[in-house]
Amino acid sequence: MSEMTINLKIWRQKNAKSEGKFQDFKLNGVSEHMSFLEMLDVLNENLIKEGEEPVEFDYDCREGICGSCNLVINGRAHGPKHMTAVCQLHMRNYSDGDTIVVEPPRAKAFPIIKDLVVDRSAFDRIIESGGYVSVKTGAAPEANLIPVEKDTADQAFDYATCIGCGACVAACPNSSASLFTGAKLAHLNSLPQGKPERDKRSIAMVEQMEAEGFGDCSNYAECEAVCPVGISISAIAEMRRDYMKAAL
Amino acid sequence: MKLESNVPSGPLEEKWDRHLKDIKLVSPNNKRKHKIIVVGTGLAGASAASSLAELGYEVSTFCIQDSARRAHSIAAQGGINAAKNYPNDGDSVWRLFYDTIKGGDYRSREANVYRLAQNSNSIIDQAVAQGVPFAREYSGLLDNRSFGGAQVSRTFYARGQTGQQLLLGAYQAMMREVHAGKIKNYPRHEMLDLVVVDGKARGIITRDLVDGSINRWKADAVVLCTGGYGNVFYLSTNAKNSNVTAAWRCHKRGAAFANPCMVQIHPTCIPVSGDYQSKLTLMSESLRNDGRVWVPRDPEDSRKPNDIPEEDRYYYLEEKYPSFGNLVPRDVASRNAKMVTDEGMGVGETGLAVYLDFRDAIKREGKEAIAAKYGNLFDMYQNITDDNPYEVPMRIFPAVHYTMGGLWVDYNLMSNIPGLFVAGEANFSDHGANRLGASALMQGLSDGYFIVPYTIGNYIADAELADVTTEHDAFTEAANTSSETLDKLLSVDGDKTVVEFHRELGKIMWDKVGINRSKEGLQEAIEQIRELRDDFYENVRVPGDAAYYNKYLEFAHRVADYFELAELMAIDALDRDESCGCHLREEYQTEEGEALRNDEEYSYVSAWEYGGVNGKLNTTLHKEPLDFEFVELKQRSYK
Repeated sequence: MSEMTINLKIWRQKNAKSEGKFQDFKLNGVSEHMSFLEMLDVLNENLIKEGEEPVEFDYDCREGICGSCNLVINGRAHGPKHMTAVCQLHMRNYSDGDTIVVEPPRAKAFPIIKDLVVDRSAFDRIIESGGYVSVKTGAAPEANLIPVEKDTADQAFDYATCIGCGACVAACPNSSASLFTGAKLAHLNSLPQGKPERDKRSIAMVEQMEAEGFGDCSNYAECEAVCPVGISISAIAEMRRDYMKAAL
Repeated sequence: MKLESNVPSGPLEEKWDRHLKDIKLVSPNNKRKHKIIVVGTGLAGASAASSLAELGYEVSTFCIQDSARRAHSIAAQGGINAAKNYPNDGDSVWRLFYDTIKGGDYRSREANVYRLAQNSNSIIDQAVAQGVPFAREYSGLLDNRSFGGAQVSRTFYARGQTGQQLLLGAYQAMMREVHAGKIKNYPRHEMLDLVVVDGKARGIITRDLVDGSINRWKADAVVLCTGGYGNVFYLSTNAKNSNVTAAWRCHKRGAAFANPCMVQIHPTCIPVSGDYQSKLTLMSESLRNDGRVWVPRDPEDSRKPNDIPEEDRYYYLEEKYPSFGNLVPRDVASRNAKMVTDEGMGVGETGLAVYLDFRDAIKREGKEAIAAKYGNLFDMYQNITDDNPYEVPMRIFPAVHYTMGGLWVDYNLMSNIPGLFVAGEANFSDHGANRLGASALMQGLSDGYFIVPYTIGNYIADAELADVTTEHDAFTEAANTSSETLDKLLSVDGDKTVVEFHRELGKIMWDKVGINRSKEGLQEAIEQIRELRDDFYENVRVPGDAAYYNKYLEFAHRVADYFELAELMAIDALDRDESCGCHLREEYQTEEGEALRNDEEYSYVSAWEYGGVNGKLNTTLHKEPLDFEFVELKQRSYK
């Protein structure tokens, strides 16, 4: 097993109000089998032993599904590996002596809490504004009374897999949340269960997205390129179509 | 301590309906006057919160993640069981009930398990109506697949992301109520204590994880949905932040902890690769539908797996259990993996792995068909291990996955502290000594959507709740205790990190309180846990301070609670002089190495009462006897 030395430039910031700056670290003994976050764990263990404050970053499941982790690595959200959340990125993608720059996902709507940890509650408020089917507990009909064409169901699923990490926002030159918002709209609007509220939902979610301070979409498609679950940019086209239809 | 199960009388099939008929109601006008706190926003928490808010209660939700959507239910891959019998293969509520109680090795309450099976169908209806995109057939109707421990296909699924899709459904329902002003939602808040006034749960203490402030919240009832405690083993399939603290602090306030030793070790996880390993990744049990588990017959065989011919492969599950084969329950599969690796037949660099091989399935159905079923799991495996499972067999090994034990609850899911309800993995209620696959999602949603919303009304209607404010002495005492606990940890300033302590604790637990247990090993474990715990309070180093975002401080107080829980788990495992389900005591096995129950003496739920820690954990055992009126207790056999 080969061991590497990695040079790190990591964004440090005390809180939302203070100014941040990069701090350099040199980390020895990095195994190629470590995940990127395990490499940061090792760095933090060293820092704690040296009496320094560890680097704060968000993570939870470490299986690529909870959407907590969201680092921007060498300028790319979730790092170099296509369709891979940073918790699933392994050090075998790097070489001995590499310098790696680690930043939080930057956007006006994602204020920094500490170091690499940001506040993504704007995403919750977008869902809150209309990202649901208004069915009360107990009011549901027998499940097979609502047949859904297999292709439609599969496509809805593809959009529904969004993990809400915010990489799309970090990658977008406009800091737009269109892929996130579009994915939820495309999921719900395409299903028969979501049809009755389609217009209301489309308008509410798009308007909430704007109110949160996210930019608009200019079709750069950077979002699709970094999305760890491969949400297609066609979600945004669907969103625009549904919004237009609803607004007319 | 009084432990009344409050199971209604009457025939099994009618108990829940009769109970619903007798349950007291709170009128719509009065509901809005009652405040309910829901802690944790996984399947149980989000479904309970949304349902309670829809009914008209004033609800507050708390979670440690930055969004309610990230609770660890999201990581469940395989599916959710229901007795719909869509495939027409003879399924029924009774069969789902029977499989679950048998799978749990007859250490759960009949009435609770039966109700779970009854609710299963409503969960599917509810989820579909919410727009959860379950897998469908070309007819447009719902598809099912089979899972371990059952001979029917009753598992509904959404590719390998069923937990994610069900949680998003519940989360969205919850956010709708947030928008309507019926739920106040507090993410990045960790519960540090339960406030008990006049013997009733009346609120909680939290720490705001962003600014570090300690806050007081009052309520008429508290619903704890904070998941399991698998991370006591350090390495598990749980999310890094999953922890026992909220449940343990309730235990310290008087809530009984039931069956703490009942831990499920999942058979199909990606093996450990090094000391830096931070967690273990599960590969869904659904893989065992098509994958065949094997090891080389000859421990010295160093050939590559694809070069080993059929006659030199030991398909140990198929050979030992011809009728269930690779689909034996999880505990049986895990134990057998350990047995073959103990005998030196393990594979991979560490020898702590077995093969899960898709060669024959790909030959039979084609690569595309297999990719459609398991594509994302195969990708995940390849990402982590750098091996391509379409070409070489996966290497898998058991890992700690789910805890059947938890806070004791009665039939109403209320703990022995009136007003404290416990739902989902955090309670002990439905899985006995072993949980079957695709049953955790079912239980979380059954508890949250269809049980707690009714039973909480029954409590509130009758509870005489005095007016309290958050200035009450009980709130002040609990808030001070919380601050002091944190300050104490910060002030040690030793030279070992929290992670180092946690890893050592995990190793003791895995070696001696894991897949196999023995009297001698458990006694050693108890001594070692005590020594390590003393060392922790003398030598731990927690960085920073309590007044801002500080993840290692969070870890420190969670690990402090694990040190107490760990001892209780070993004590419980030592008390249970029998084997059952996942609890395998080496002294009690059949000749074939299966768990040998002792129904005469151990057909009970062990419920432990906290008595403080003074070098050792003081704890008192209370027993809730399990009566089986409707099923006959048998030696489990999957042969």
